[in-house]
Amino acid sequence: MSMTTTQPPAPDAGSPENDLRSGALPHRFPLVLLVACGMVVAGVLAAFSSFGIVLWALLTAVSYVVIVVTASARIEGGRKAKDRLVTSLVYSAFLLAMAPLVSLLYTVVGYGLARFDGYFLTVSMNGVLPSMDAGGVYHAIVGTLAITGMATLISVPIGVLTAVYLVEYAQGRLKKVITFFVDVMTGIPSIVAGLFVVALWMMLFGPGNTNGAAGAISLAVLMIPVVVRSSEEMLRLVPRDLREASYALGVPKWRTITKVVLPTSAAGLTTGIMLAIARVIGETAPLVLTAGSSAVSINWNLFDGQMMSLPVFIYSQFRMGGAVNYERAWAAALTLVLTVMLLFVLARVIGRLFAPKTR
Amino acid sequence: MAKRIDVSGLHVYYGDFLAVEDVSMTIEPRSVTAFIGSSGCGKSTFLRTLNRMHEVTPGARAEGKVLLDDLDIYGREVDPVMVRSEIGMVFQKANPFPTMSIYDNVIAGARLNNKRMSKSEADGLVEESLRGANLWEEVKDRLHKPGSGLSGGQQQRLCIARATAVKPSVLLMDEPCSALDPISTLAIEDLIHKLKEDYTIVIVTHNMQQAARVSDRTAFFNLSAPGKPGKLIEMGETNQIFTRPEKKETENYITGRFG
Repeated sequence: MSMTTTQPPAPDAGSPENDLRSGALPHRFPLVLLVACGMVVAGVLAAFSSFGIVLWALLTAVSYVVIVVTASARIEGGRKAKDRLVTSLVYSAFLLAMAPLVSLLYTVVGYGLARFDGYFLTVSMNGVLPSMDAGGVYHAIVGTLAITGMATLISVPIGVLTAVYLVEYAQGRLKKVITFFVDVMTGIPSIVAGLFVVALWMMLFGPGNTNGAAGAISLAVLMIPVVVRSSEEMLRLVPRDLREASYALGVPKWRTITKVVLPTSAAGLTTGIMLAIARVIGETAPLVLTAGSSAVSINWNLFDGQMMSLPVFIYSQFRMGGAVNYERAWAAALTLVLTVMLLFVLARVIGRLFAPKTR
Repeated sequence: MAKRIDVSGLHVYYGDFLAVEDVSMTIEPRSVTAFIGSSGCGKSTFLRTLNRMHEVTPGARAEGKVLLDDLDIYGREVDPVMVRSEIGMVFQKANPFPTMSIYDNVIAGARLNNKRMSKSEADGLVEESLRGANLWEEVKDRLHKPGSGLSGGQQQRLCIARATAVKPSVLLMDEPCSALDPISTLAIEDLIHKLKEDYTIVIVTHNMQQAARVSDRTAFFNLSAPGKPGKLIEMGETNQIFTRPEKKETENYITGRFG
């Protein structure tokens, strides 16, 4: 090998096949263009005095996409133009998907705030006539917390243990059968779950015995398959290596599951359980059938008497149809949405707390 | 502490498929025995039967005899869990428990089995095991940080410390260096030299230089044809296997003519 290196002839900078550079739109071009399109479209629509938010958004999006893709195709070439087109479409799809959510929150907050205050949250409807400008949602909050809490207490052990069985122990036919029935259970309409519990209560305690526990069980029927499914996924994510590492230390299987597999997946399990709670906390139909829809006073006892809950409160207030009833329904809806959001935040916090750390 | 392993007439099956056929060998205490051979020849499978780890795989079973000193580990009254606390294992990929600190990883064997241990005993065991794994100096100031924050080579030494902390008599290593860089590999090989004073060590490796460097005896496994069961072709002093192998197949493999 000779030590001298001969420099290869410098590539001809002008020849197109050697040039790796291509034209590029300025970094800020898309943003500036978008703002410009928005203003021009708004101006034109105003000139025809036909301004509407939907029409404006649509025309802005279309004009932006047409201009940016044409400009990009001219200056940057076909591949980048396609990239810009698809990027714009993906962002549009995202905004389109966000629109109902934002609109929903806007509506709920807008209507709900009228009555949403400390008084509303801390008094019940006991002794309040439907049309009176008084009363609150405290009894429904109590009912929702008690019923959902008991449903969680019932379905989390059953759900997580079923998932442990499916992932760690089950083999062959039985596994397939259980998985199939869990899937079937996921598809049970909630009102059917309610009817099932009503029939069960009728059989056990005779007719007319509605109480919170019945509601909790109907929610648990809906919740168990969701918990099983999410826990199963989380347990499967625990690497086989960790189980083998534990076995190789002479640790029996059940201790490996309780001390290695479950702690490792604790964050995911918690998130899954929180999502399952969020899924059932807004259920109305089964609770109307089981826990009743006419309770007005605070009842902490799941086993005695009717129990109001937030979704049922919304439903029954809305059905009464007076202005004050609508206000109560919207304020209760706001309470329910905030509760669910709180649960999600809690799920994230707990998930982060449990997550394995690396530093 | 170290014990001898005597294998006679061992067959390993996955369901109906015979994966390893008729292996008999003696593994000497206080020495390093290396298993070499091409991928899929059954050396890892065979290694896992030495502490009944293969039973974790559904459908896997072994027939034959494996004596640990005088005890048949496949005997009717033998509990595989107890076998594994006597014959430890280190895996190809370092697998510290992600929920535990370095300290807790080392004493995981005791903690997971709910063994009562005073603070000073635990501290002593952690230091002894980490020193034994040549890791103490590197981690002594961060014992309560998570084990997964260590480098790959440090994690593997942590796993070795964890395996030795349960005081086994045999240590099985399944390609412990295959995911490591040369410096970390050297650290592990030094460690193996040191550990063989107290343990019986069996190491599976794809790296023939490594087998030549660390082992006293070497066993060569091979398949007669794809889809056929793996067999023990030849076993002997490492020196002899690498310089004067008795079988043509062994010579072909170690000289790089195939495999």
